[in-house]
Amino acid sequence: MRLFDLRLIIAFLFGLYGVVLVVIGLGFTTDDDLKKAEGVNINLWAGIAMVALSAVFAAWAMLRPQFADTDKQPVKEL
Amino acid sequence: MSVSVLAEADLRLDAGPIDYALLVVYFAVVLGIGVMARRSVSSSLDFLLSGRSLPAWVTGLAFISANLGALELMGMTANGAQYGMATVHYYWIGAIPAMVFLGLVMMPFYYGSKVRSVPEFMRRRFGKPAHLVNAISFAVAQILIAGINLFALAVIIDALLGWPLPVSICVAALVVLAYTTLGGLSAAIYNEVLQFFVIVAALAPLTIIGLIKVGGWQGIVDKISDPEQLSAWPATELTGIDSPVWSVVGLVFGLGFVLSFGYWTTNFAEVQRAMSAKSMSAAKRTPIIGAYPKALIPAIIIIPGIIAAIIVPEMAQLKAGDTSSGVVYNNVLPLLMRDLLPNGILGIAITGLLASFMAGVAANVSSFNTVFTYDLWQDYIKKDRPDEYYLRVGRLATVGACVLAIGTAFIAAALGGSNIMDYIQALFSFFNAPLFATFIVGMFWKRMTPTAGWVGLLAGTFTAMFIYAISEPSFGIKLLELPGQGASFLGAGLAFVVDVVVSVAVSLVTRPKPDSELVGLVYSLTPKKDRSHSTTGEDAGWYRSPALLGGGVLALTTVLYFIFG
Repeated sequence: MRLFDLRLIIAFLFGLYGVVLVVIGLGFTTDDDLKKAEGVNINLWAGIAMVALSAVFAAWAMLRPQFADTDKQPVKEL
Repeated sequence: MSVSVLAEADLRLDAGPIDYALLVVYFAVVLGIGVMARRSVSSSLDFLLSGRSLPAWVTGLAFISANLGALELMGMTANGAQYGMATVHYYWIGAIPAMVFLGLVMMPFYYGSKVRSVPEFMRRRFGKPAHLVNAISFAVAQILIAGINLFALAVIIDALLGWPLPVSICVAALVVLAYTTLGGLSAAIYNEVLQFFVIVAALAPLTIIGLIKVGGWQGIVDKISDPEQLSAWPATELTGIDSPVWSVVGLVFGLGFVLSFGYWTTNFAEVQRAMSAKSMSAAKRTPIIGAYPKALIPAIIIIPGIIAAIIVPEMAQLKAGDTSSGVVYNNVLPLLMRDLLPNGILGIAITGLLASFMAGVAANVSSFNTVFTYDLWQDYIKKDRPDEYYLRVGRLATVGACVLAIGTAFIAAALGGSNIMDYIQALFSFFNAPLFATFIVGMFWKRMTPTAGWVGLLAGTFTAMFIYAISEPSFGIKLLELPGQGASFLGAGLAFVVDVVVSVAVSLVTRPKPDSELVGLVYSLTPKKDRSHSTTGEDAGWYRSPALLGGGVLALTTVLYFIFG
């Protein structure tokens, strides 16, 4: 059985989350938000980390595509 | 754990539209995985065991994520706040050695014999009576635990977002039902991997801001007055055993050996993840790859708990003995989220919390339907039907499991949610500890007979139940004075010993199976080549060696104990 590549789903979800958080962090952070998080712009930093995670998974999926080197069907024994 | 008190304290989070949007995106992706996974399901093995096709990093992360459920996350942050560093024992001595043992020693038999479930291994090794005992007790326990997980999830949704309890129980059950019925185990496993990353994304920012607020590690050391909270040994507060020596003995043998090996090596909800791997090498690596995050994740689970006891006012009060705020230790995570996270990352944290709760329920449901379909329906009710028939049974079993879990969730709600963690520990001591004893003797001693298989199991289970009965206060026959956890340690230990002694005694007077029927199931009768994995193609490379990876994580854990113990 052949499944879609999970690495691309992870890259998609965290890419989207990361971009949203970076936008919030840069454009919509209030002083109250900063005070809550001890002066750290946590949305911005977490967003950057998520974009980086997304890039790592996307790169991994590009460099080592699924089923590329061994194109065999897994053995099914019942 | 008494989650019922939770709604009374002020835990309502200030979630905004953006937080809800992030949550909705996550659920859309989860359901999308179910729909996409459906296209690759063409047989019952695809549905119930992912067609044995998954790579090791996927099954390894799913292995650990299936265990990162509601009770784990709430319970261990709570333990961190209450007991401090001693909580690391649940992660290190209480998990890592058993996970390495499962990968290196037991996986060759599980995966090599091509059984589809842990009960099926019991049937091949010991025959039907032992099989039936194991399959039924596993199926019942999974439904009970799924209900408790659903209930805990619903309580959290109620407290955080203000949805009524019945509504959130049903919504959560429907989401799990939707993706597991569509995509089977593949969808459950893919979502578990996704959940793992979302849970880390939720907990890591919380830990970092918490550490900044408290003044780093040094700040924690300065502000914790009781030095025992900062060292892992001898953990007398955690075990409830006053003597330091016996406390360590209890930890190493009770938690580290019997309970931990029993849970990790025989609990099908865990072992199933490794069985779905695509090769023997990947199957062996599954629990070992999972062991690395397991060794490191206390950093973002226990440390926030310790910090919460310092910086969250209600928690600090509770720790000082003042219970007037209505807050309990189980509220640690929502309180920290309320105090530290602004909108945006708050949405991710809520998503992570809900994701972790669904992971637990999905693991219960997806292991239940495999055991129900293959071990109960196919073996005892309708044999020899075409495979499409069992695929349909598997899907219907999933629906049935979710409906039953909603029922058991309402039972848990009716009980008021008190002592759930003690109750689950007791269940483990009834079923997992004797099962581990039977497995280990049966795998290494070919003389052990089918009769000994089921008699030993029953003897062990009754021993653990007896200890529970004479130590549980509500039964009124209190002969043993032990706190909740101490009784399960003792029950599990005695169940193990009784099971081994009875199994050996019964084996000596009954007839063993002929050697020819035990090939692949018993160590001495399995040729070395059947136990080894391939080292070519996608299994090549020194970094894919299970023994090396296993040694690595044991070394890592030892180093961590030296630094933080």
